[in-house]
Amino acid sequence: MKRHLLEAADLDRDDATLVLDTAAQIDQALAGREVKKLPTLRGRTVVNLFYEDSTRTRISFELAAKRLSADVINFSAKGSSVSKGESLKDTALTLEAMGADAVVVRHWASGAPHRLAHWVRGSVVNAGDGTHEHPTQALLDAYTIRQRLGRLEGVRVAVVGDVLHSRVARSNVGLLHTLGAEVTLVAPPTLLPVGVGSWPAEVSYDLDAVLPKVDVVMMLRVQAERMNASFFPSAREYSRRYGLDARRMGALHDDAIVMHPGPMNRGMEIAAEVADSARSTIVEQVANGVSTRMAVLYLLLGGSPQ
Amino acid sequence: MTTYLIKGARPLGGDPADILVKDGRIAAIGDSLDATGAEVVEAAGLIALPGLVDLHTHLREPGREDAETVETGSRAAALGGFTAVHAMANTDPVADTAGVVEQVWRLGQEAGLVDVVPVGAVTVGLKGERLAELGAMADSAARVRVFSDDGHCVADPALMRRALEYVKAFDGVVAQHAEEPRLTVGAQMHEGDRSAKLGLTGWPAAAEEAIIARDVLLAEHVGARLHVCHVSTAGSVDILRWAKSRGVQVTAEVTPHHLLLTDACAESYDPVFKVNPPLRTDADVEALRAGLADGTIDAVGTDHAPHAVEDKESEWAQARPGMLGLEQALSVVIETMVEPGRLDWAGVADRMSVRPAAIGRLDGHGRPLAPGEPANLLLLDPTARAAVDPAALASRSRNSPYAGRELPGRVVATFLRGVPTVLDGKAQK
Repeated sequence: MKRHLLEAADLDRDDATLVLDTAAQIDQALAGREVKKLPTLRGRTVVNLFYEDSTRTRISFELAAKRLSADVINFSAKGSSVSKGESLKDTALTLEAMGADAVVVRHWASGAPHRLAHWVRGSVVNAGDGTHEHPTQALLDAYTIRQRLGRLEGVRVAVVGDVLHSRVARSNVGLLHTLGAEVTLVAPPTLLPVGVGSWPAEVSYDLDAVLPKVDVVMMLRVQAERMNASFFPSAREYSRRYGLDARRMGALHDDAIVMHPGPMNRGMEIAAEVADSARSTIVEQVANGVSTRMAVLYLLLGGSPQ
Repeated sequence: MTTYLIKGARPLGGDPADILVKDGRIAAIGDSLDATGAEVVEAAGLIALPGLVDLHTHLREPGREDAETVETGSRAAALGGFTAVHAMANTDPVADTAGVVEQVWRLGQEAGLVDVVPVGAVTVGLKGERLAELGAMADSAARVRVFSDDGHCVADPALMRRALEYVKAFDGVVAQHAEEPRLTVGAQMHEGDRSAKLGLTGWPAAAEEAIIARDVLLAEHVGARLHVCHVSTAGSVDILRWAKSRGVQVTAEVTPHHLLLTDACAESYDPVFKVNPPLRTDADVEALRAGLADGTIDAVGTDHAPHAVEDKESEWAQARPGMLGLEQALSVVIETMVEPGRLDWAGVADRMSVRPAAIGRLDGHGRPLAPGEPANLLLLDPTARAAVDPAALASRSRNSPYAGRELPGRVVATFLRGVPTVLDGKAQK
């Protein structure tokens, strides 16, 4: 494995499979145990550096590090020196001086983790950067798909929604392709980036045509404020054309699953009865997030497992 | 005033000759000139070119003297072979009054390394709302002829039309920063395959091309001169070629970095490569080189844009756009145009001295290397190759996109009206 996990492309097929297998081993090791903790990273320091509010991702990483017995420091941009104008570089040098073994960074700016990786000696884990990537989300999604469907090779995945602004989409396209799955992006043309044709994915504007052909539907969060920038005419029209409701769910084949990275806009991109259905993996995704992040931290900091 | 005998230089790359520089002018050019008492400059193997003229320099003074001053920028210019630079108006305060342009002009005179020619803002405060006092700047001691809101586009078509018309009264030219602002909200890099992958907001080529198309039509309609700053796309070159074929009075410049670098540089997320307009694709680079070679693009303009460390060592989106250019401009032109055989030395003189001087209506620059002409010239060692070391630059800033890159050509000497501003590759003050 590389020293940092900045984007899905940092993982080749062997690395990605190793992360998923390690997560499965961790799940097995902790299953049924009362004390859900491994001593692996005792004495190591993991810093959660969050420039953007993200309670669920931060908690997931925090829990992952703590279950590996690492010391965890949460460094949030709000109410810290960062909000007083300290630069990313100065913050990096501060963390470096404190001896952080890993820095988990969430940032509003695409590429910020790449810059950070130039300035610190520890491992940098990208926990979501701007509209670029969110590689651990892609790992937990792949883990969830493999758990439910038993494989990734040849699995057909539709990624539906605001691909243009989605770091989840970018990481999933990359990682799922690496792992042999076939991705179709479904969105209105305004929410697909110019240049999407160079991605290893099919593109469709027609959700109804795609649904019967896929094993996985991954719904992306669509922010209503995109409406004001004329990406689509209204929330209602978006929902009508690209929302996953009970009628559309009926077009899926029997074993197909529905995923969402959260937080959901119920009634916008996903209907409540879909989110709460047996096809939905949304709660599993949260649990799997902790195991896959444990696997990532373990492999980056603790070396290869036996 | 010292008399100089430049021995054995090759004017415009031609046969070796001696050049006698006396009283600020070229006194004679010929074989084995004898000039007793003259200081001899050995120039065997060196190319002599007319002093370069930049239509597009940011000197940052007044306002950001921590990034560059008129003096440090002038020194960088002289080391790059320039004898005149146009100082852009986006200072703080903005150069939108006779007072500010005269201040910049006077600072240039005091530095005495190049002729600093102030550019006046087109609109008050670069806000794009109403015309600045263009006539007052034209009539000032700074004799402003080039007007630009560079950094901002004069986006309002009616205002642009009026500006084009108004400056005809004093033979001025509007230099447009062609960027339709509604198409580039939050833009970070060229919009294409790489922006899609990197998750950086795209700056579409059409945002530049749409403004150029509009403005050449306006210039044709009102019979005015238009200059287009930092042309960066293949489509822009096509539009300019079409406009020139119709007889529109349009000129254009390309930056050294757009001749050499592409949007692949953004993959590092290193903001030293962030610039406006952004680095484009290989196909655009090729079209720009072709356009400069056939004269569709008239000039190389550096868009030298110094920035303090804190404005560049940051997240990409947080960083200011712009890169240094004065000291490497000629080297980049040699690398991209001369060595591939697309421009000879006369062509370099034309695109980097003659035409920019004509666009700026500068007397005494861009003149032939001939007896009686002002001695504004440079001596170049075309065989030297060296890696660029930002720490060794004369600019006060370090944001060179060429750091570590080996480039050809070394300016050995620069003369401004017969006075050496650079000798042995070193600034003389």
